[in-house]
Amino acid sequence: MDWGWIVRNLDEIGQRTFEHVLLTVVAIVIGFAISFGLALLIRRLSWLEGPIIGISGILYAIPSLALFAFLVPFTGIQNPLTAEIALVSYTILILLRNILAGLAAVPRDVIEAADGMGYTPSQRLWRVELPVALPVIVAGLRIATVTIIGLVTVTALIGLGGLGYLIVDVGYRRFFLTATIVGLVGAVLLAVLADRGFVLLQHALTPWARRRTVG
Amino acid sequence: MEFFGEVAAWFSDPANLFGSDGLQGRIGEHLILSVIPLLLAVAIALPLGAWIGHSGRFANLVINIANIGRAIPSLAILALATMLLQAFIVSIGLRQFASEIATMIALTALAIPPILTNAYVGISEVDDDLVEAGRGMGMREGQILREVELPVALPVILVGVRTAAVQVVATATLGAVFATGGLGRFIIDGIAQRRFDEVFAGAIAVATLSILTELAFGFVQRRVTSPGLRGRRTALQEAAQAGRAAGV
Repeated sequence: MDWGWIVRNLDEIGQRTFEHVLLTVVAIVIGFAISFGLALLIRRLSWLEGPIIGISGILYAIPSLALFAFLVPFTGIQNPLTAEIALVSYTILILLRNILAGLAAVPRDVIEAADGMGYTPSQRLWRVELPVALPVIVAGLRIATVTIIGLVTVTALIGLGGLGYLIVDVGYRRFFLTATIVGLVGAVLLAVLADRGFVLLQHALTPWARRRTVG
Repeated sequence: MEFFGEVAAWFSDPANLFGSDGLQGRIGEHLILSVIPLLLAVAIALPLGAWIGHSGRFANLVINIANIGRAIPSLAILALATMLLQAFIVSIGLRQFASEIATMIALTALAIPPILTNAYVGISEVDDDLVEAGRGMGMREGQILREVELPVALPVILVGVRTAAVQVVATATLGAVFATGGLGRFIIDGIAQRRFDEVFAGAIAVATLSILTELAFGFVQRRVTSPGLRGRRTALQEAAQAGRAAGV
C-alpha cells in the first residue's frame, strides 16, 4: 500500500467518490419514483403486475455491461444518461417487488379499521398502509442501493468515472494496486454507510416499532 | 434505423461469426470461463453449506460472508485477482492463460456466497419432525443429510446455484477488461475502437446467453423438485427468490 499516494490524491479520491454517490443517488431516487408509480398503477389494474414484473425481470437478467452496450450506440459514451437508464431499470425489479409485497402484507384488520374510521382510499394509503409497509419498502431500498453502488463501478468502462475509475483506469491499467484497493474499500464503505443510513431512517420513521426490534 | 442495418450486417458477416475471434470462438470461451468456476463453487460451497445447515455451526459466518459478498463490487474482485495472481500464475508456467485463470478464481469466489447461503438456509429450515422421523427409522446422520434433508432442501439449493450461474455468466463479460476472451471482448474492443455495431452485437450475444442461463436453470429447478414438494411455494422459496443478487 502506497499511503503517500492516498494522501497526495485525496482530491481525486473525493472527486471519484462524489461521482459514484451522484450516479447512485440519481438512480435510486428516479427508480423509487417510477416503482412507486407502477405499484399504485398495479393496485388499480392488477392484471399489469405479471407483465411489468416480467419485463423488469428480463431487464434485471441482462448484465450491466451489456445493458450499457445496448444504449451506448444511441446515447454515447461519457453520457450519464447511458448509465442512469440502465441503473434505474435494475432498481425497478427490487423496489417494485418490495413495495408490492409490503402493501400486500398489511393485515386485513388494519385496512378494515381504517375504512371503519372513515378514511378515504388515499388517506388510508398514506396514513395507514404505507407506514405499516415501511419496513419491507426500506428493505428493498437497502438491497437496491447496495446493488447499485456495486454496479456503478462498471460505469467507469463507459467513461463516467466513479470509484471504478480508480479500480480499473488508475489501478489495473497502470498496475497500481493501491488505487484498486482504495476503489474497492471506498465502494464497500459507501455500501455499508448507505445500508446503516436506511436502518436509521426506518428507525426514525417508525417510532411505534422501537420497543420491539431494530433493523 | 440505419444503425440496425449495420448490426444486421455485422451478424451476416461470416468473419464475425466463425473462427476463434468470431461469435463461435467467443461463446466457447465464455462458457469455459463460466462453467469451471461454477463447478468449483458448487464443489466447495454445497458440502460446506449443507454441513453448516445440518450441524448449525458457523451459521453467523455464512450470513456475514453473504452480506460482505454483496457489498464488494465484482469489477474490483476481478481487478484484484488479476493483479495479485497474474505474476504467480506466470511463474508456474501458465503465462498463456494467466488472465483466464485469474478471472476464473475471482468468479469462483463470487459464485460461492449464493450457493453457500442457500445450501445453509435450505438445510437448516428442513422440518425438524422429518429429521426426527429419520432418526427414529434408524438412519445415520450422513443418511439423514443425504436422503432426507438434501431432497427437501433441493429447490432452495438450486435457487442458489441458479443465482450463482447467472452472476458468473454475467460477470465473465467483465473479464474482457482484464484481457480474457469471452463475449465481453466485442463490447470492450468495440467501445475502445468506437465500433458501435460490434458493441451492440456483443450486447445481444451477452444478454441472450444470460437469459438462456436463467431459463435453463429455471427449467432444471422445476424438473428436479420432488413431486411431493411441487406446486408448494414455501415462504422460504419466496425469500430465496427475493434475495437473489443482481446480475453484474
